[in-house]
Amino acid sequence: MQEALIQDALRFRLPDAEPVDPSDIIEQAQVARRGSDVISRGLPLTIRGLRKSFGDHQVLRGIDLHIPAGQFVAIVGRSGCGKSTLLRLIAGLETIDAGTVSFGEEIRPEDVRVMFQEPRLLPWAKVLSNVEVGLGRDRASPDAQGRAEKALAEVGLEEKRGQWPAVLSGGQKQRVALARALVSDPRVLAFDEPLGALDALTRISMQRLLERVWRDQSFTAILVTHDVAEAVALADRVLVIEDGRIAHDVRIDIPRPRRRGSADLAALEGSILRDLLGAGDESTDI
Amino acid sequence: MSLIENLPRIRKLRLPRADGVVQWIVPLAIIAIWQAACVTGFVSSRVLPAPSDVALAGWKLLLSGELAQNIWVSFWRAGIGFIIGGSIGFAFGLANGLSQLSSRLTDTTLQMVRNIPHLALIPLVILWFGIDESAKLFLVALGVFFPIYLNTLHGVRTVDPQLIEMGRIYGMTDSELFRRVIFPGALPSIFVGVRFALGIMWLTLIVAETIAASSGLGYMAMQARELMQIDVVVLSILIYALLGKVADSASRALERLTLSWNPAFQKH
Ligand SMILES: Nc1ncnc2c1ncn2[C@@H]1O[C@H](COP(=O)(O)OP(=O)(O)OP(=O)(O)O)[C@@H](O)[C@H]1O
Ligand SMILES: [Mg+2]
Repeated sequence: MQEALIQDALRFRLPDAEPVDPSDIIEQAQVARRGSDVISRGLPLTIRGLRKSFGDHQVLRGIDLHIPAGQFVAIVGRSGCGKSTLLRLIAGLETIDAGTVSFGEEIRPEDVRVMFQEPRLLPWAKVLSNVEVGLGRDRASPDAQGRAEKALAEVGLEEKRGQWPAVLSGGQKQRVALARALVSDPRVLAFDEPLGALDALTRISMQRLLERVWRDQSFTAILVTHDVAEAVALADRVLVIEDGRIAHDVRIDIPRPRRRGSADLAALEGSILRDLLGAGDESTDI
Repeated sequence: MSLIENLPRIRKLRLPRADGVVQWIVPLAIIAIWQAACVTGFVSSRVLPAPSDVALAGWKLLLSGELAQNIWVSFWRAGIGFIIGGSIGFAFGLANGLSQLSSRLTDTTLQMVRNIPHLALIPLVILWFGIDESAKLFLVALGVFFPIYLNTLHGVRTVDPQLIEMGRIYGMTDSELFRRVIFPGALPSIFVGVRFALGIMWLTLIVAETIAASSGLGYMAMQARELMQIDVVVLSILIYALLGKVADSASRALERLTLSWNPAFQKH
Protein backbone atom coordinates (compact mmCIF):
# COMPACT_ATOMS: atom_id res chain seq x y z
CA MET A 1 0.00 0.00 0.00
CA GLN A 2 2.69 2.40 1.18
CA GLU A 3 4.81 1.32 -1.81
CA ALA A 4 2.05 2.01 -4.28
CA LEU A 5 1.37 5.43 -2.82
CA ILE A 6 4.99 6.42 -3.13
CA GLN A 7 5.04 5.18 -6.70
CA ASP A 8 2.00 7.30 -7.41
CA ALA A 9 3.46 10.30 -5.77
CA LEU A 10 6.61 10.03 -7.83
CA ARG A 11 4.52 10.14 -10.97
CA PHE A 12 2.93 13.38 -9.97
CA ARG A 13 6.16 15.01 -8.90
CA LEU A 14 7.67 17.53 -11.23
CA PRO A 15 11.13 16.59 -12.44
CA ASP A 16 12.81 19.56 -10.81
CA ALA A 17 11.09 19.18 -7.43
CA GLU A 18 13.23 18.95 -4.27
CA PRO A 19 13.62 15.52 -2.76
CA VAL A 20 11.23 15.25 0.19
CA ASP A 21 10.60 12.67 2.83
CA PRO A 22 8.12 9.86 2.12
CA SER A 23 5.36 11.17 4.38
CA ASP A 24 5.26 14.38 2.37
CA ILE A 25 5.08 12.38 -0.82
CA ILE A 26 2.14 10.41 0.49
CA GLU A 27 0.40 13.61 1.44
CA GLN A 28 0.97 15.00 -2.05
CA ALA A 29 -0.31 11.85 -3.66
CA GLN A 30 -3.51 11.99 -1.68
CA VAL A 31 -4.04 15.61 -2.67
CA ALA A 32 -3.35 14.74 -6.27
CA ARG A 33 -5.86 11.96 -6.16
CA ARG A 34 -8.66 13.91 -4.58
CA GLY A 35 -8.41 17.19 -6.36
CA SER A 36 -6.91 16.27 -9.67
CA ASP A 37 -7.89 19.73 -11.05
CA VAL A 38 -4.89 21.19 -9.30
CA ILE A 39 -2.44 19.57 -11.66
CA SER A 40 -4.72 18.50 -14.51
CA ARG A 41 -4.46 19.93 -17.98
CA GLY A 42 -7.86 18.42 -18.72
CA LEU A 43 -10.92 20.57 -19.32
CA PRO A 44 -13.92 20.74 -16.99
CA LEU A 45 -17.24 19.89 -18.59
CA THR A 46 -20.58 21.42 -17.69
CA ILE A 47 -23.85 20.17 -19.14
CA ARG A 48 -27.12 21.98 -18.45
CA GLY A 49 -30.60 20.83 -19.37
CA LEU A 50 -29.40 18.75 -22.31
CA ARG A 51 -32.17 17.22 -24.41
CA LYS A 52 -32.12 15.15 -27.53
CA SER A 53 -34.85 13.39 -29.50
CA PHE A 54 -34.78 11.32 -32.65
CA GLY A 55 -38.17 11.86 -34.26
CA ASP A 56 -40.78 11.25 -31.59
CA HIS A 57 -38.38 9.32 -29.45
CA GLN A 58 -37.02 11.41 -26.57
CA VAL A 59 -33.64 9.93 -25.80
CA LEU A 60 -32.19 12.46 -23.37
CA ARG A 61 -34.70 14.36 -21.24
CA GLY A 62 -32.63 16.89 -19.37
CA ILE A 63 -29.10 15.98 -18.39
CA ASP A 64 -27.39 18.16 -15.80
CA LEU A 65 -23.81 17.33 -15.06
CA HIS A 66 -20.55 18.90 -13.98
CA ILE A 67 -17.31 17.04 -14.49
CA PRO A 68 -14.25 18.69 -12.90
CA ALA A 69 -11.09 18.87 -14.99
CA GLY A 70 -9.17 15.62 -15.07
CA GLN A 71 -11.89 13.46 -13.58
CA PHE A 72 -12.45 9.94 -14.90
CA VAL A 73 -16.20 9.44 -15.29
CA ALA A 74 -17.88 6.22 -16.34
CA ILE A 75 -21.39 6.17 -17.78
CA VAL A 76 -23.47 3.01 -17.52
CA GLY A 77 -27.06 2.21 -18.38
CA ARG A 78 -29.24 -0.24 -20.20
CA SER A 79 -28.79 -0.71 -23.90
CA GLY A 80 -30.52 2.04 -25.83
CA CYS A 81 -30.74 4.43 -22.88
CA GLY A 82 -28.79 7.11 -24.72
CA LYS A 83 -25.20 6.70 -23.51
CA SER A 84 -23.72 6.92 -27.00
CA THR A 85 -26.02 9.81 -27.82
CA LEU A 86 -24.78 11.71 -24.75
CA LEU A 87 -21.19 11.05 -25.73
CA ARG A 88 -21.77 12.12 -29.32
CA LEU A 89 -23.40 15.34 -28.12
CA ILE A 90 -20.41 16.03 -25.87
CA ALA A 91 -18.05 15.43 -28.78
CA GLY A 92 -20.13 17.64 -31.06
CA LEU A 93 -21.09 14.81 -33.43
CA GLU A 94 -24.84 15.43 -33.07
CA THR A 95 -26.81 18.63 -32.89
CA ILE A 96 -28.20 19.63 -29.51
CA ASP A 97 -32.00 20.02 -29.27
CA ALA A 98 -31.93 22.04 -26.05
CA GLY A 99 -29.48 22.83 -23.29
CA THR A 100 -25.77 23.52 -23.26
CA VAL A 101 -22.48 21.65 -23.23
CA SER A 102 -19.51 23.79 -22.27
CA PHE A 103 -15.87 23.20 -21.51
CA GLY A 104 -15.35 26.41 -19.61
CA GLU A 105 -13.26 28.00 -22.35
CA GLU A 106 -12.94 28.24 -26.09
CA ILE A 107 -11.62 24.90 -27.34
CA ARG A 108 -9.74 23.76 -30.42
CA PRO A 109 -11.12 20.73 -32.29
CA GLU A 110 -7.98 18.79 -31.26
CA ASP A 111 -8.85 19.21 -27.58
CA VAL A 112 -11.74 16.74 -27.63
CA ARG A 113 -11.20 13.24 -29.00
CA VAL A 114 -13.50 10.24 -29.21
CA MET A 115 -12.69 6.56 -29.36
CA PHE A 116 -15.29 4.04 -30.48
CA GLN A 117 -15.87 0.35 -30.10
CA GLU A 118 -14.61 -0.16 -33.64
CA PRO A 119 -11.05 1.05 -34.13
CA ARG A 120 -11.99 2.88 -37.36
CA LEU A 121 -8.49 2.69 -38.75
CA LEU A 122 -7.91 3.43 -42.42
CA PRO A 123 -7.13 -0.05 -43.79
CA TRP A 124 -5.09 1.44 -46.66
CA ALA A 125 -2.79 3.48 -44.42
CA LYS A 126 0.11 2.05 -42.44
CA VAL A 127 -0.13 2.14 -38.66
CA LEU A 128 2.00 5.26 -38.32
CA SER A 129 0.03 7.30 -40.83
CA ASN A 130 -3.17 6.21 -39.12
CA VAL A 131 -1.81 7.73 -35.93
CA GLU A 132 -0.81 10.89 -37.80
CA VAL A 133 -4.46 11.32 -38.82
CA GLY A 134 -5.08 12.15 -35.16
CA LEU A 135 -3.02 15.33 -35.39
CA GLY A 136 -5.88 17.08 -37.14
CA ARG A 137 -4.72 20.37 -38.58
CA ASP A 138 -1.16 19.74 -37.40
CA ARG A 139 -0.85 16.79 -39.78
CA ALA A 140 1.36 18.73 -42.15
CA SER A 141 3.70 20.09 -39.48
CA PRO A 142 7.34 18.93 -39.58
CA ASP A 143 7.20 17.19 -36.19
CA ALA A 144 4.07 15.23 -37.12
CA GLN A 145 5.93 11.96 -37.55
CA GLY A 146 7.84 12.38 -34.31
CA ARG A 147 4.64 13.00 -32.39
CA ALA A 148 2.95 10.00 -33.98
CA GLU A 149 5.91 7.81 -33.08
CA LYS A 150 5.77 9.03 -29.49
CA ALA A 151 2.05 8.28 -29.24
CA LEU A 152 2.63 4.83 -30.71
CA ALA A 153 5.36 4.18 -28.15
CA GLU A 154 2.95 5.28 -25.44
CA VAL A 155 0.64 2.37 -26.30
CA GLY A 156 3.59 0.00 -26.75
CA LEU A 157 3.29 -0.53 -30.50
CA GLU A 158 6.31 1.29 -31.89
CA GLU A 159 7.51 -1.85 -33.66
CA LYS A 160 4.23 -2.05 -35.63
CA ARG A 161 4.58 1.39 -37.21
CA GLY A 162 5.10 0.05 -40.74
CA GLN A 163 2.35 -2.58 -40.68
CA TRP A 164 -1.04 -2.55 -42.36
CA PRO A 165 -3.92 -2.49 -39.84
CA ALA A 166 -5.25 -5.74 -41.32
CA VAL A 167 -2.43 -7.75 -39.76
CA LEU A 168 -3.00 -6.44 -36.22
CA SER A 169 -5.06 -8.20 -33.57
CA GLY A 170 -8.25 -6.57 -32.29
CA GLY A 171 -6.51 -5.33 -29.16
CA GLN A 172 -3.59 -3.91 -31.14
CA LYS A 173 -5.96 -2.10 -33.52
CA GLN A 174 -7.68 -0.55 -30.54
CA ARG A 175 -4.30 0.54 -29.17
CA VAL A 176 -3.50 2.21 -32.49
CA ALA A 177 -6.87 3.97 -32.27
CA LEU A 178 -5.92 5.07 -28.75
CA ALA A 179 -2.58 6.40 -30.00
CA ARG A 180 -4.43 8.31 -32.72
CA ALA A 181 -6.73 9.83 -30.11
CA LEU A 182 -3.80 10.72 -27.84
CA VAL A 183 -1.44 12.16 -30.43
CA SER A 184 -2.99 15.62 -30.40
CA ASP A 185 -2.69 15.79 -26.58
CA PRO A 186 -6.46 16.06 -26.09
CA ARG A 187 -7.84 17.62 -22.94
CA VAL A 188 -11.06 15.60 -23.03
CA LEU A 189 -11.16 12.01 -24.20
CA ALA A 190 -14.53 10.31 -24.66
CA PHE A 191 -14.68 6.53 -25.01
CA ASP A 192 -17.74 4.69 -26.36
CA GLU A 193 -17.32 1.08 -25.21
CA PRO A 194 -13.74 1.05 -26.48
CA LEU A 195 -13.09 -2.42 -25.08
CA GLY A 196 -16.48 -3.91 -25.88
CA ALA A 197 -15.23 -6.14 -28.67
CA LEU A 198 -12.15 -7.49 -26.90
CA ASP A 199 -11.63 -10.76 -25.05
CA ALA A 200 -11.45 -10.75 -21.25
CA LEU A 201 -7.67 -10.80 -20.91
CA THR A 202 -7.05 -8.16 -23.54
CA ARG A 203 -9.72 -6.04 -21.88
CA ILE A 204 -7.91 -6.10 -18.58
CA SER A 205 -4.58 -5.10 -20.07
CA MET A 206 -6.33 -2.37 -22.10
CA GLN A 207 -8.02 -1.11 -18.94
CA ARG A 208 -4.59 -0.82 -17.31
CA LEU A 209 -3.34 1.02 -20.38
CA LEU A 210 -6.28 3.44 -20.33
CA GLU A 211 -5.73 4.14 -16.66
CA ARG A 212 -2.03 4.68 -17.21
CA VAL A 213 -2.38 7.13 -20.09
CA TRP A 214 -5.11 8.96 -18.22
CA ARG A 215 -2.78 9.40 -15.23
CA ASP A 216 0.22 10.31 -17.40
CA GLN A 217 -1.59 12.81 -19.58
CA SER A 218 -4.25 13.91 -17.12
CA PHE A 219 -7.09 14.57 -19.54
CA THR A 220 -10.72 14.48 -18.54
CA ALA A 221 -11.98 10.98 -19.35
CA ILE A 222 -15.57 9.99 -20.09
CA LEU A 223 -16.04 6.27 -20.55
CA VAL A 224 -19.27 4.67 -21.73
CA THR A 225 -19.29 1.00 -20.86
CA HIS A 226 -21.58 -1.99 -20.47
CA ASP A 227 -19.26 -3.50 -17.92
CA VAL A 228 -19.96 -2.24 -14.40
CA ALA A 229 -16.81 -3.94 -13.09
CA GLU A 230 -14.80 -1.95 -15.61
CA ALA A 231 -16.55 1.24 -14.59
CA VAL A 232 -15.78 0.84 -10.88
CA ALA A 233 -12.23 -0.31 -11.58
CA LEU A 234 -11.34 2.73 -13.67
CA ALA A 235 -13.56 5.65 -12.79
CA ASP A 236 -13.60 8.28 -10.05
CA ARG A 237 -17.31 8.45 -10.51
CA VAL A 238 -20.00 6.32 -12.13
CA LEU A 239 -23.16 7.81 -13.64
CA VAL A 240 -26.20 5.62 -14.20
CA ILE A 241 -28.53 6.83 -16.95
CA GLU A 242 -32.18 5.90 -16.78
CA ASP A 243 -35.16 7.31 -18.65
CA GLY A 244 -33.01 9.93 -20.30
CA ARG A 245 -31.73 11.36 -17.03
CA ILE A 246 -28.86 10.74 -14.67
CA ALA A 247 -30.50 8.52 -12.08
CA HIS A 248 -27.48 7.78 -9.90
CA ASP A 249 -24.17 9.51 -9.44
CA VAL A 250 -21.81 7.26 -7.49
CA ARG A 251 -18.37 8.36 -6.30
CA ILE A 252 -15.72 5.65 -6.34
CA ASP A 253 -13.34 6.74 -3.59
CA ILE A 254 -11.21 3.63 -3.65
CA PRO A 255 -7.53 4.55 -3.90
CA ARG A 256 -5.52 3.64 -6.96
CA PRO A 257 -3.99 1.39 -8.09
CA ARG A 258 -7.13 -0.63 -7.49
CA ARG A 259 -7.01 -4.34 -7.03
CA ARG A 260 -9.45 -6.07 -9.33
CA GLY A 261 -11.77 -8.37 -7.44
CA SER A 262 -11.24 -6.67 -4.09
CA ALA A 263 -14.16 -6.65 -1.67
CA ASP A 264 -14.88 -2.91 -1.78
CA LEU A 265 -14.90 -2.81 -5.59
CA ALA A 266 -17.19 -5.83 -5.66
CA ALA A 267 -19.55 -4.17 -3.18
CA LEU A 268 -19.76 -1.02 -5.28
CA GLU A 269 -20.25 -3.05 -8.44
CA GLY A 270 -23.08 -4.95 -6.76
CA SER A 271 -24.87 -1.81 -5.66
CA ILE A 272 -24.60 -0.18 -9.10
CA LEU A 273 -25.86 -3.37 -10.73
CA ARG A 274 -28.82 -3.30 -8.37
CA ASP A 275 -29.52 0.29 -9.41
CA LEU A 276 -29.44 -0.77 -13.05
CA LEU A 277 -31.64 -3.81 -12.59
CA GLY A 278 -34.05 -1.90 -10.36
CA ALA A 279 -34.66 0.48 -13.23
CA GLY A 280 -35.58 -2.47 -15.41
CA ASP A 281 -38.08 -3.88 -12.92
CA GLU A 282 -39.98 -0.62 -12.61
CA SER A 283 -40.11 0.48 -16.20
CA THR A 284 -41.71 -1.85 -18.67
CA ASP A 285 -41.08 0.07 -21.88
CA ILE A 286 -37.57 -1.18 -22.55
CA MET B 1 -8.14 -28.49 -57.48
CA SER B 2 -10.98 -27.37 -55.29
CA LEU B 3 -12.57 -23.95 -55.12
CA ILE B 4 -11.27 -23.55 -51.62
CA GLU B 5 -7.77 -23.25 -52.96
CA ASN B 6 -8.59 -19.80 -54.21
CA LEU B 7 -9.41 -18.49 -50.76
CA PRO B 8 -6.73 -16.12 -49.54
CA ARG B 9 -5.90 -18.03 -46.38
CA ILE B 10 -5.09 -21.25 -48.06
CA ARG B 11 -3.27 -19.57 -50.90
CA LYS B 12 -0.33 -19.05 -48.58
CA LEU B 13 0.33 -22.76 -48.66
CA ARG B 14 0.90 -22.91 -52.41
CA LEU B 15 4.42 -22.75 -53.72
CA PRO B 16 4.85 -19.29 -55.25
CA ARG B 17 7.43 -20.45 -57.84
CA ALA B 18 5.38 -23.32 -59.17
CA ASP B 19 2.37 -21.03 -59.54
CA GLY B 20 3.68 -19.39 -62.71
CA VAL B 21 4.38 -22.73 -64.38
CA VAL B 22 1.26 -24.61 -63.31
CA GLN B 23 -1.17 -22.26 -65.06
CA TRP B 24 0.46 -22.92 -68.44
CA ILE B 25 0.22 -26.71 -68.30
CA VAL B 26 -3.35 -26.92 -69.60
CA PRO B 27 -2.98 -24.44 -72.52
CA LEU B 28 0.23 -26.17 -73.62
CA ALA B 29 -1.42 -29.59 -73.43
CA ILE B 30 -4.33 -28.32 -75.53
CA ILE B 31 -1.97 -27.02 -78.19
CA ALA B 32 -0.08 -30.32 -78.21
CA ILE B 33 -3.28 -32.37 -78.63
CA TRP B 34 -4.52 -29.96 -81.30
CA GLN B 35 -1.25 -30.30 -83.23
CA ALA B 36 -1.35 -34.07 -82.95
CA ALA B 37 -4.98 -34.20 -84.13
CA CYS B 38 -4.15 -32.12 -87.21
CA VAL B 39 -0.94 -33.92 -88.11
CA THR B 40 -2.59 -37.35 -87.91
CA GLY B 41 -5.45 -36.08 -90.09
CA PHE B 42 -8.00 -36.60 -87.37
CA VAL B 43 -9.08 -33.00 -87.91
CA SER B 44 -9.14 -31.70 -91.48
CA SER B 45 -7.01 -28.61 -92.09
CA ARG B 46 -10.03 -26.97 -93.72
CA VAL B 47 -11.86 -27.13 -90.42
CA LEU B 48 -9.00 -26.21 -88.16
CA PRO B 49 -5.41 -25.54 -89.24
CA ALA B 50 -2.60 -27.00 -87.15
CA PRO B 51 -1.02 -24.68 -84.59
CA SER B 52 2.18 -24.84 -86.59
CA ASP B 53 0.31 -23.52 -89.67
CA VAL B 54 -1.20 -20.74 -87.61
CA ALA B 55 2.24 -19.85 -86.30
CA LEU B 56 3.60 -19.87 -89.84
CA ALA B 57 0.80 -17.57 -91.03
CA GLY B 58 1.55 -15.29 -88.09
CA TRP B 59 5.24 -15.26 -88.97
CA LYS B 60 4.51 -14.29 -92.59
CA LEU B 61 2.16 -11.51 -91.56
CA LEU B 62 4.69 -10.33 -89.03
CA LEU B 63 7.39 -10.14 -91.70
CA SER B 64 5.12 -8.17 -94.02
CA GLY B 65 4.40 -5.74 -91.20
CA GLU B 66 0.68 -6.25 -91.65
CA LEU B 67 0.21 -7.98 -88.32
CA ALA B 68 1.92 -5.32 -86.25
CA GLN B 69 -0.04 -2.64 -88.09
CA ASN B 70 -3.39 -4.31 -87.43
CA ILE B 71 -2.62 -5.11 -83.81
CA TRP B 72 -1.54 -1.54 -83.24
CA VAL B 73 -4.73 -0.16 -84.80
CA SER B 74 -6.93 -2.42 -82.65
CA PHE B 75 -4.92 -1.71 -79.55
CA TRP B 76 -5.13 2.02 -80.16
CA ARG B 77 -8.93 1.89 -80.65
CA ALA B 78 -9.34 -0.21 -77.53
CA GLY B 79 -7.12 2.06 -75.46
CA ILE B 80 -8.54 5.39 -76.56
CA GLY B 81 -12.13 4.15 -76.34
CA PHE B 82 -11.44 2.76 -72.89
CA ILE B 83 -9.88 6.00 -71.68
CA ILE B 84 -12.75 8.12 -73.00
CA GLY B 85 -15.57 5.88 -71.76
CA GLY B 86 -13.77 5.02 -68.56
CA SER B 87 -13.06 8.62 -67.55
CA ILE B 88 -16.61 9.72 -68.24
CA GLY B 89 -17.96 6.73 -66.31
CA PHE B 90 -15.58 7.42 -63.45
CA ALA B 91 -16.52 11.09 -63.35
CA PHE B 92 -20.25 10.35 -63.30
CA GLY B 93 -19.73 7.61 -60.73
CA LEU B 94 -17.89 9.97 -58.42
CA ALA B 95 -20.32 12.84 -58.93
CA ASN B 96 -23.37 10.69 -58.33
CA GLY B 97 -21.78 8.92 -55.40
CA LEU B 98 -20.79 12.14 -53.69
CA SER B 99 -23.64 14.47 -54.57
CA GLN B 100 -27.31 13.84 -53.98
CA LEU B 101 -28.24 16.51 -56.49
CA SER B 102 -26.11 15.08 -59.26
CA SER B 103 -27.42 11.62 -58.52
CA ARG B 104 -31.05 12.70 -58.68
CA LEU B 105 -30.36 14.58 -61.86
CA THR B 106 -28.63 11.88 -63.88
CA ASP B 107 -28.80 8.45 -62.26
CA THR B 108 -32.28 7.47 -63.48
CA THR B 109 -31.45 8.51 -67.03
CA LEU B 110 -28.22 6.56 -67.00
CA GLN B 111 -29.89 3.48 -65.58
CA MET B 112 -32.43 3.65 -68.41
CA VAL B 113 -29.78 4.00 -71.10
CA ARG B 114 -27.93 1.09 -69.51
CA ASN B 115 -30.72 -1.25 -70.53
CA ILE B 116 -30.03 -0.69 -74.21
CA PRO B 117 -27.42 -3.20 -75.36
CA HIS B 118 -24.78 -0.94 -76.83
CA LEU B 119 -24.13 -3.28 -79.74
CA ALA B 120 -27.73 -2.74 -80.82
CA LEU B 121 -26.64 0.78 -81.70
CA ILE B 122 -24.24 -0.41 -84.42
CA PRO B 123 -26.58 0.35 -87.36
CA LEU B 124 -27.28 3.77 -85.94
CA VAL B 125 -23.60 4.41 -85.28
CA ILE B 126 -22.71 3.44 -88.82
CA LEU B 127 -25.31 5.87 -90.08
CA TRP B 128 -23.88 8.60 -87.89
CA PHE B 129 -20.16 8.03 -88.27
CA GLY B 130 -19.81 5.72 -91.29
CA ILE B 131 -17.00 3.23 -90.76
CA ASP B 132 -14.82 5.99 -89.47
CA GLU B 133 -12.53 5.62 -86.42
CA SER B 134 -15.03 7.56 -84.35
CA ALA B 135 -17.65 4.83 -84.83
CA LYS B 136 -15.41 2.26 -83.13
CA LEU B 137 -14.29 4.66 -80.42
CA PHE B 138 -17.89 5.60 -79.70
CA LEU B 139 -18.99 2.00 -79.33
CA VAL B 140 -16.04 1.02 -77.16
CA ALA B 141 -16.45 4.10 -74.97
CA LEU B 142 -20.16 3.42 -74.56
CA GLY B 143 -19.55 -0.22 -73.68
CA VAL B 144 -16.86 0.65 -71.15
CA PHE B 145 -18.81 3.50 -69.59
CA PHE B 146 -21.42 1.49 -67.70
CA PRO B 147 -19.34 -1.04 -65.78
CA ILE B 148 -17.01 1.73 -64.67
CA TYR B 149 -19.85 4.09 -63.83
CA LEU B 150 -21.82 1.51 -61.84
CA ASN B 151 -18.87 0.17 -59.91
CA THR B 152 -17.42 3.58 -59.11
CA LEU B 153 -20.84 4.68 -57.87
CA HIS B 154 -21.22 1.53 -55.81
CA GLY B 155 -17.70 1.90 -54.43
CA VAL B 156 -18.19 5.50 -53.35
CA ARG B 157 -21.58 4.80 -51.82
CA THR B 158 -20.41 1.84 -49.81
CA VAL B 159 -17.36 3.46 -48.21
CA ASP B 160 -17.68 2.73 -44.49
CA PRO B 161 -19.63 5.70 -43.04
CA GLN B 162 -17.82 5.20 -39.76
CA LEU B 163 -14.53 5.93 -41.49
CA ILE B 164 -16.00 9.06 -43.05
CA GLU B 165 -17.21 10.19 -39.64
CA MET B 166 -13.74 9.44 -38.26
CA GLY B 167 -12.19 11.59 -40.98
CA ARG B 168 -14.50 14.46 -40.15
CA ILE B 169 -13.85 14.15 -36.41
CA TYR B 170 -10.14 14.39 -37.07
CA GLY B 171 -10.65 17.55 -39.05
CA MET B 172 -10.11 16.37 -42.62
CA THR B 173 -11.12 18.85 -45.28
CA ASP B 174 -13.38 17.66 -48.10
CA SER B 175 -10.47 17.10 -50.43
CA GLU B 176 -8.46 15.25 -47.80
CA LEU B 177 -11.50 13.15 -47.00
CA PHE B 178 -11.79 12.26 -50.66
CA ARG B 179 -8.10 11.50 -51.09
CA ARG B 180 -7.54 9.59 -47.88
CA VAL B 181 -10.89 7.90 -47.21
CA ILE B 182 -13.40 7.88 -50.05
CA PHE B 183 -11.22 7.19 -53.06
CA PRO B 184 -9.11 4.43 -51.47
CA GLY B 185 -12.31 2.94 -50.05
CA ALA B 186 -13.95 2.89 -53.47
CA LEU B 187 -10.88 1.58 -55.29
CA PRO B 188 -11.51 -2.18 -54.93
CA SER B 189 -14.94 -1.72 -56.46
CA ILE B 190 -13.55 0.52 -59.22
CA PHE B 191 -11.13 -2.25 -60.15
CA VAL B 192 -13.99 -4.70 -60.45
CA GLY B 193 -15.50 -2.24 -62.91
CA VAL B 194 -12.24 -1.96 -64.83
CA ARG B 195 -11.96 -5.73 -65.21
CA PHE B 196 -15.53 -5.96 -66.48
CA ALA B 197 -14.95 -3.03 -68.80
CA LEU B 198 -11.85 -4.64 -70.30
CA GLY B 199 -13.89 -7.67 -71.29
CA ILE B 200 -16.57 -5.50 -72.84
CA MET B 201 -13.93 -3.40 -74.55
CA TRP B 202 -12.52 -6.35 -76.55
CA LEU B 203 -15.94 -7.76 -77.30
CA THR B 204 -17.18 -4.44 -78.64
CA LEU B 205 -14.08 -3.94 -80.70
CA ILE B 206 -14.23 -7.39 -82.27
CA VAL B 207 -17.84 -6.88 -83.30
CA ALA B 208 -17.28 -3.34 -84.53
CA GLU B 209 -14.15 -4.23 -86.51
CA THR B 210 -15.80 -7.24 -88.03
CA ILE B 211 -18.80 -5.28 -89.22
CA ALA B 212 -17.44 -1.89 -90.05
CA ALA B 213 -13.74 -1.39 -90.47
CA SER B 214 -10.96 -1.20 -93.01
CA SER B 215 -8.14 -2.06 -90.63
CA GLY B 216 -7.55 -3.83 -87.36
CA LEU B 217 -7.63 -7.42 -86.21
CA GLY B 218 -11.35 -7.92 -86.84
CA TYR B 219 -10.94 -6.57 -90.36
CA MET B 220 -7.96 -8.85 -90.89
CA ALA B 221 -10.05 -11.85 -89.85
CA MET B 222 -12.95 -10.90 -92.12
CA GLN B 223 -10.68 -10.39 -95.09
CA ALA B 224 -8.99 -13.74 -94.48
CA ARG B 225 -12.40 -15.38 -94.38
CA GLU B 226 -13.17 -14.02 -97.83
CA LEU B 227 -9.86 -15.36 -99.09
CA MET B 228 -10.45 -18.69 -97.31
CA GLN B 229 -7.28 -18.20 -95.23
CA ILE B 230 -8.50 -20.14 -92.26
CA ASP B 231 -5.09 -20.02 -90.54
CA VAL B 232 -5.23 -16.22 -90.45
CA VAL B 233 -8.76 -16.33 -89.07
CA VAL B 234 -7.63 -18.60 -86.25
CA LEU B 235 -4.58 -16.40 -85.73
CA SER B 236 -6.73 -13.29 -85.24
CA ILE B 237 -8.90 -15.09 -82.74
CA LEU B 238 -5.86 -16.20 -80.78
CA ILE B 239 -4.42 -12.70 -80.81
CA TYR B 240 -7.67 -11.32 -79.45
CA ALA B 241 -7.46 -13.87 -76.66
CA LEU B 242 -3.86 -12.92 -75.98
CA LEU B 243 -4.61 -9.18 -75.91
CA GLY B 244 -7.51 -9.83 -73.56
CA LYS B 245 -5.22 -11.78 -71.29
CA VAL B 246 -2.57 -9.04 -71.37
CA ALA B 247 -5.10 -6.37 -70.45
CA ASP B 248 -6.47 -8.49 -67.64
CA SER B 249 -3.00 -9.24 -66.27
CA ALA B 250 -2.10 -5.56 -66.39
CA SER B 251 -5.18 -4.61 -64.41
CA ARG B 252 -4.49 -7.39 -61.90
CA ALA B 253 -0.95 -6.19 -61.46
CA LEU B 254 -2.16 -2.64 -60.91
CA GLU B 255 -4.73 -3.96 -58.47
CA ARG B 256 -2.12 -5.83 -56.48
CA LEU B 257 0.08 -2.77 -56.41
CA THR B 258 -2.55 -0.32 -55.22
CA LEU B 259 -4.51 -2.65 -52.96
CA SER B 260 -1.55 -4.16 -51.17
CA TRP B 261 -3.14 -3.13 -47.86
CA ASN B 262 -5.93 -5.61 -48.50
CA PRO B 263 -5.08 -9.08 -47.19
CA ALA B 264 -6.83 -10.60 -50.23
CA PHE B 265 -4.30 -9.00 -52.56
CA GLN B 266 -1.13 -9.53 -50.59
CA LYS B 267 1.58 -11.51 -52.31
CA HIS B 268 2.35 -14.72 -50.53
N1 LIG C 1 -29.14 8.66 -35.53
C1 LIG C 1 -30.22 8.15 -34.90
N2 LIG C 1 -31.43 8.18 -35.49
C2 LIG C 1 -32.52 7.68 -34.87
N3 LIG C 1 -32.51 7.13 -33.66
C3 LIG C 1 -31.34 7.05 -33.00
C4 LIG C 1 -30.13 7.57 -33.60
N4 LIG C 1 -29.12 7.36 -32.73
C5 LIG C 1 -29.66 6.77 -31.66
N5 LIG C 1 -30.99 6.59 -31.80
C6 LIG C 1 -31.89 5.99 -30.83
O1 LIG C 1 -31.62 6.60 -29.59
C7 LIG C 1 -31.66 5.66 -28.56
C8 LIG C 1 -30.38 5.71 -27.77
O2 LIG C 1 -29.33 5.27 -28.58
P1 LIG C 1 -27.85 5.17 -28.05
O3 LIG C 1 -27.03 4.67 -29.18
O4 LIG C 1 -27.45 6.46 -27.45
O5 LIG C 1 -27.98 4.07 -26.93
P2 LIG C 1 -26.85 3.42 -26.03
O6 LIG C 1 -27.20 3.72 -24.64
O7 LIG C 1 -25.52 3.84 -26.50
O8 LIG C 1 -27.07 1.90 -26.32
P3 LIG C 1 -25.99 0.73 -26.37
O9 LIG C 1 -25.62 0.47 -24.96
O10 LIG C 1 -26.74 -0.41 -26.96
O11 LIG C 1 -24.88 1.21 -27.21
C9 LIG C 1 -31.95 4.31 -29.19
O12 LIG C 1 -33.30 4.03 -29.03
C10 LIG C 1 -31.62 4.53 -30.64
O13 LIG C 1 -32.47 3.76 -31.43
MG1 LIG D 1 -23.92 2.86 -27.56
